Amino acid sequence: MKIISLDPRVNRSSINKTEETVILEKLDQFQTYEVFAQTKRGTHHVHVGSVHAANENIAMLFAKEQYARRGECVNIWVVKTADVSATEYEDSDIFDTLDEKYHRNPESYKVMDRIKAYKEKGNQ
Amino acid sequence: MYGNAYIDPKKANNSLVNGEDPIKLAEFEARIASGQKVEPKDWMPAMYRKQLVRMIEQHAHSEIIGSLPEGTWITRAPGFRRKLALMAKVQDEVGHAQLLYNAAETLGKSREDMINDLISGKSKYSNVFNYPAVTWADSAVIAWLIDAGAIVNQLANSRGSYGPYCRALERICAEESFHLKYGHDNVVFLATGTPKQREMVQEALTRWWPPIMHFFGPSDKDSVHSETLMKWKVKMASNDDMRQQFLNMYVPKIWDLGLVLPDPNLVKNEETGKWDYTEPDWEEFKRVINGDGPCNAERLAVRRTAEENGRWVRKALNKSQNYVTPLS
Repeated sequence: MKIISLDPRVNRSSINKTEETVILEKLDQFQTYEVFAQTKRGTHHVHVGSVHAANENIAMLFAKEQYARRGECVNIWVVKTADVSATEYEDSDIFDTLDEKYHRNPESYKVMDRIKAYKEKGNQ
Repeated sequence: MYGNAYIDPKKANNSLVNGEDPIKLAEFEARIASGQKVEPKDWMPAMYRKQLVRMIEQHAHSEIIGSLPEGTWITRAPGFRRKLALMAKVQDEVGHAQLLYNAAETLGKSREDMINDLISGKSKYSNVFNYPAVTWADSAVIAWLIDAGAIVNQLANSRGSYGPYCRALERICAEESFHLKYGHDNVVFLATGTPKQREMVQEALTRWWPPIMHFFGPSDKDSVHSETLMKWKVKMASNDDMRQQFLNMYVPKIWDLGLVLPDPNLVKNEETGKWDYTEPDWEEFKRVINGDGPCNAERLAVRRTAEENGRWVRKALNKSQNYVTPLS
């Protein structure tokens, strides 16, 4: 028996009423690509999400449709998720050492103190 | 658009944290309490993962099935501009499904498994989409009021604890604002039009009011899960609170157009500041969500056929690939 629908597109497709189901195999929906978008020239590309695609060309097409439908984009990169190397959040203490590197911090240079002390000494 | 995830309280296992490492659990809860987000590879309680997968997956299915009742009117939209707008809206909904499937995938369930569970009926989607869009006016009421309900729900959830879900919802909420305006515009056009147009939109509103009242789900104040799920910022507001918020924002706008809602008991209680209404028919809600609604069979058959018809294309493109879960 066919599905009778209010939607003419469904009627045209002549869909059978059935209890049958389809089983999608692993990878039926392809691997994923990570998408990086640049909103305007001069800014960084920013990670916006991912898409499933069979290859780079289709990933690019889907990325454009998915993340740049409203003109808020000037450039897109896609890269296979499998090709991205990332740190683990549980290792995020590796970034803690930055705080100890005061020599990287402009405020740790106190030249005015030294100049002032020098001048005071000279005036004595 | 989206309807609140329905969690059967009877199926609930009331100790969500059974067997979890107490130290890791304490760290996890402290992170959430301090306002930090949880990211995909962080440690998380098994039930946190399970509830989120179920919730995000149901949300994704709702987007993709939700595009069907509205899509019904694409071929017969009154005028070219409305046709373009409706196509854009339906494309947005399908895009939302993609974003949400990706968010759910980061928790470890593959997209194939989610689609399989949708088509087999194992996973649910928002119950409202098991009802038909009988006229063009129905599509207008859906675009305005179902999307309005969805925004209430999604804005609440976007303040939740799981990073990928929040990021997807931010993008989704921004796009929903177009849907809401588009839907309101269509309803106002009909409500301020000819007597026939007013009649159409009134009839559609009368048809859709019971599903709209079902939209946020049954009261869950007494659910054994609610307290923990709220502490974990999986659930951000009770179903009743969201329903109240929706009524407060939209009933005055509906009445302002001189339209009538089919509930004689609907009134704002000046003492409590909340809306009184006739309790929705939750037996019907359960019956429909379990498969016995006017459009359940059609919705799943259309989805199944789409997967079947596209299979040869996917197969032709599918060279050997290496799937890894999306990063974020």
